[in-house]
Amino acid sequence: MRPTPRTVADLVIVAALAAYAIPFFWQLLTSFKPEAELLRIPPLLPSHLTLAHYRVVLEQSLMPRALANSLGIATLTTVAALVVGLPGAYAVARRPVPGKRWLLLAIVASTAFPQIATVSPLYLLMRALDLRDTWTGLVLVHASFALPLTVWLLAGFIREIPIEAEEAAAVDGAGLAKTFRWVVVPLLAPGLASTALLTFLFSWNEFLFAYTFTVSEASRTIPVALALFPGVFEVPWGDIAAASMLASLPPVLIVVALQRFLVRGLVAGAVKE
Amino acid sequence: MTRREAADRRQGMLLLAPTAVALGALTVYPAAWVLWLSLQHRVPIFGVSRFAGLDNFAFLTIDARFWSAAHTTAVFTVASVALEVVLGVAAALAINAQRRGRAVALSFLLLAWAMPAVVAAKLFEWLYHPVAGLINVALGRHALNWLGDPGIALAAVTLADVWRTMPFVAILCYARLLAIPADLYEAAQVDGAGRLATLTRITLPLLGRILLLAVLFRTLDALRAFDIMFVLTGGGPANTTETLTVYAYRALFQTLQLGFGSALSVVVFVLVMGVAWAYLRILRTGSVAA
Repeated sequence: MRPTPRTVADLVIVAALAAYAIPFFWQLLTSFKPEAELLRIPPLLPSHLTLAHYRVVLEQSLMPRALANSLGIATLTTVAALVVGLPGAYAVARRPVPGKRWLLLAIVASTAFPQIATVSPLYLLMRALDLRDTWTGLVLVHASFALPLTVWLLAGFIREIPIEAEEAAAVDGAGLAKTFRWVVVPLLAPGLASTALLTFLFSWNEFLFAYTFTVSEASRTIPVALALFPGVFEVPWGDIAAASMLASLPPVLIVVALQRFLVRGLVAGAVKE
Repeated sequence: MTRREAADRRQGMLLLAPTAVALGALTVYPAAWVLWLSLQHRVPIFGVSRFAGLDNFAFLTIDARFWSAAHTTAVFTVASVALEVVLGVAAALAINAQRRGRAVALSFLLLAWAMPAVVAAKLFEWLYHPVAGLINVALGRHALNWLGDPGIALAAVTLADVWRTMPFVAILCYARLLAIPADLYEAAQVDGAGRLATLTRITLPLLGRILLLAVLFRTLDALRAFDIMFVLTGGGPANTTETLTVYAYRALFQTLQLGFGSALSVVVFVLVMGVAWAYLRILRTGSVAA
């Protein structure tokens, strides 16, 4: 069967976008290249693939510890932002709160907050509370920084739920806690997933706060460890490539497996007004 | 007010209390504090701590490095947002024209978007390598020193940032394109509109509002850009990639001038909020068709 012009056009577009991702794939290839061939191109392709760089990164660097820190901090940040943000979002969407207009304005404004604006006071606060270089400190600043967007997104998703479901539950005598548990949360599940993904990614990728408030491997997250990746005599490009791939593992998994939720959250964040 | 309404209000305030406390303690309070810090001379290692009024801001007006950073920020913002819009719209139109394989095409874009900025910096550091970098190899070994040459370092940093952030614009536009009803295009076809006319008369005007929003978000991000240049060039060479945020950060945590650095932070803060406010005004006046 001969390919139709349409199929060819589709293939060209996919190929063009695959080419767009070359920076990532090139680093992926580099992470498996033998050390001796790194600085010698052409040829573009290595003579053989090796796991040596991953072995160095996993056995001799602080990356495994940073991975654990990032996983823990991003997970706790997500949980904290949702636990605090969900009731707030519900109130914004469904309850007549005095001064709501101003509150919404404050929430929108704080999504635009530049991190540099609060980093110096937060640094003093962390030092005063002895929270520097701890998971707790970083989870607190990450969760509070992500909170406005969390509330914003969740409020939008809650408004999409038909209010009749909640009213029916209320008529049946369910209190707020029961309504939440049996009506709101199940109907909100996809929206919760989108919001959680974006919060997780924010915390995983965040650099400025993490770089400032961490001192040692006790709390250094993966972007910080990657930025500070040590080279003794020369830059270990292969090891850095392997470390970069580890740092992008969760984002890549999310993009591949949970694309639908990600796109929904992204679009909702921009469009809901 | 009925008892039911009063109860709802009370409940609403109770539900909002944790959010309000968290934002108050970790966003609003620090924002007020940074204003206070910006009015002081504070250099902890020399034990300096006194009220300075507007001295820090007065110094900024004659600080050449500040104006250089402001200029860099402006160039970076305009160049990166313009590139993102052009490439983002093109990518969205391309994906929208696809019959099959859209999810795969989107994945490649999202892959770039989901990377931590630090990883993007590392990817491009390797691509820009003078000897073994893919870009120099592709250019036929002109051996440009992308990150070390003051003439091109900002362009190199801008490209790296565009790579990671263009997909955001593309995805928003693509989502908007999906929502355009097919009969609009059919009607245009019936009226004998060509491809170009359909693009300029129907598609692009309908993208107007979402593009404006995308530009708003991207402008705010570009104005406060930090990670990519901090990791790729550290603000160098010769401070040519030092944005306002990088300058503020270096003043705060490398030369430990808490007061002066805070004044710089306040400038970024006011700049970002001012731009956000102006954009929202434009959006609200409805001068742009939905």
